Amino acid sequence: MTSALGSAPTGRDDRVSSPGRPARPTPARAHRRRWARAGGTGWLYVLPALVMYAVFVLRPLALTVQYSFYDWNGIGVARWTGLDNYLTVFTDSDLLKIISNAIILIVFFSFIPVALGLLVASMVRRVTTGTFGTVVRTVLFLPQVIPLVAAGIAWSWLLSSNGLINQTLRAVGLGGVARAWLGDFGTALPAVGVIGAWVLLGLCTILLVTGMSKIDPALYEAARLDGAGPVREFLAVTLPSLRQEIGVCLTVTIIAALASFDIVYISTSGGPGLQTTVPGLEIYRLAFSQRQVGLASALAVVLMVLVLVCVLPIQRLTRGEKP
Amino acid sequence: MNLSRREQVTGRVFLIALILVTLLPFVSMLSAALQPRGTVPSGLAWPSDPQWGNFADAFTAANMGALLRSSLLIVAGVVPVSVLIATMAGFGLGQLRVPGGRIVFGLLLLGLTLPFEAVVTPLYYQMQGLGLLNTRWAIILPLIGLYMPFAVFWMRAHFTNVPVELSEAARVDGSSTWQLFWRVQVPLARPAIASLTILMFLWTWNQFLLAIVLVDDATKRTMAGALGAFQGQWGTDLVLLCAGSLLILTPTLIVFLIFQRQFIKALIQGSLKG
Repeated sequence: MTSALGSAPTGRDDRVSSPGRPARPTPARAHRRRWARAGGTGWLYVLPALVMYAVFVLRPLALTVQYSFYDWNGIGVARWTGLDNYLTVFTDSDLLKIISNAIILIVFFSFIPVALGLLVASMVRRVTTGTFGTVVRTVLFLPQVIPLVAAGIAWSWLLSSNGLINQTLRAVGLGGVARAWLGDFGTALPAVGVIGAWVLLGLCTILLVTGMSKIDPALYEAARLDGAGPVREFLAVTLPSLRQEIGVCLTVTIIAALASFDIVYISTSGGPGLQTTVPGLEIYRLAFSQRQVGLASALAVVLMVLVLVCVLPIQRLTRGEKP
Repeated sequence: MNLSRREQVTGRVFLIALILVTLLPFVSMLSAALQPRGTVPSGLAWPSDPQWGNFADAFTAANMGALLRSSLLIVAGVVPVSVLIATMAGFGLGQLRVPGGRIVFGLLLLGLTLPFEAVVTPLYYQMQGLGLLNTRWAIILPLIGLYMPFAVFWMRAHFTNVPVELSEAARVDGSSTWQLFWRVQVPLARPAIASLTILMFLWTWNQFLLAIVLVDDATKRTMAGALGAFQGQWGTDLVLLCAGSLLILTPTLIVFLIFQRQFIKALIQGSLKG
């Protein structure tokens, strides 16, 4: 989720730093002793985490890849089918639609929260002090704290035919627009997107505000003295300084969009039709309802690669040039 | 900072609007939860006669006692172990710099962006093979593994920043690696560990996919998984559904409000150090 918060020091560890005790007269021996110590006992520290990771992540991951080459109903004998499952993923119109749904959700889960988050953050910078700042941070973090399932239930009610959204529309004379937003073929996917935007806006804002607090106020003073208005200030100081935080926000929210499951499962179950079905939901259905484990696994591999393809360039862009 | 009054006011207005939008779903749920049972609530309307008793009904209907116990057991199984082994691994990779550590780290990075959906199917068969399906272990064990990429990454980032001279000084004083870890490094890592613990707690409490796939019995699930089952059962009774959802949310909200200050403090400390 909050993957890495980006702020992790990068690259610094690459140089083999401070080899033991540099001042000692016998550096070679000290160095060897350090290595023996680190190699022997050091591994004991890494091992438990590595074992849990290998057994419950790497092994299943390898199995997913293996299953994806078979036709298997989960019980009987599996039949080798080579790349057939992948061929299906990339040619079946339903599956393609499902993948494109996830990509459309990126706009709502990712672009909107990051854009709004930047806007809010540039304002919060000015009002972080005192109780008001604390209240803002607490409230904005709320959607991140509650289960997505709860967000799904709350918004299903808000967006339902009798919900607050329609009530408001009717009150302002737009009753004609009112509809069951999550059940309508045209609006279901954007409606799901709105739920995601609501959930992720707070997270993005908090991350960006944290980044904002690290910016040297002198930069703003300088911009002011140069006669920069709020917009110039934002483009020249805020945006470049927050590059890393924006990268983290994009990474986290894009993963949330592509791997979405909870919200969709609760609010629409993928309907109406396939309008809101996302890869995560389809993997679940294929594997556990339709017993097409091979196809489900191929879709899982494609989803995994899709996430990497979207996320890695962002990491490269936002981390590389940082001074 | 010299800021014009107008800017401050615009900022505040904007933020207050955002706060209202954020709170709206909760208020709307509360208004529905207080309507008389059996009625169909409409929009946001404060009931003339708030039915607080609905919460008691929902408490019984959702079997809240059992749900709380189950979620706590799962959290107790996941969080301490995850935090401990991730801290150890972070120490090993970031401070001791074990040979081959970069390979391990690379492997972990691989899992950092992994959607849980990608491994849930094999996990199902793996749990079936171990005979753990429909037990809390089916949620606990995979979650510990799935948290490792983030948790180790997080702790390693902390330990990489601690000067190696500190460890060397402790060595000169004759402490063993374990003493160095437990007496010197862990106390220093407390803010990083605290934030990690809070995050692990929340993610476990809110874990949905693993709960619905690996455990059928709602009383053996996480809070989020149980809420999913509750919606399945009472989806048509909006009043009870809203009351139940709010109830199920309450423990999370309480924990958040208690630890929120610490969370922000940890973030600020982190940024000061950086």
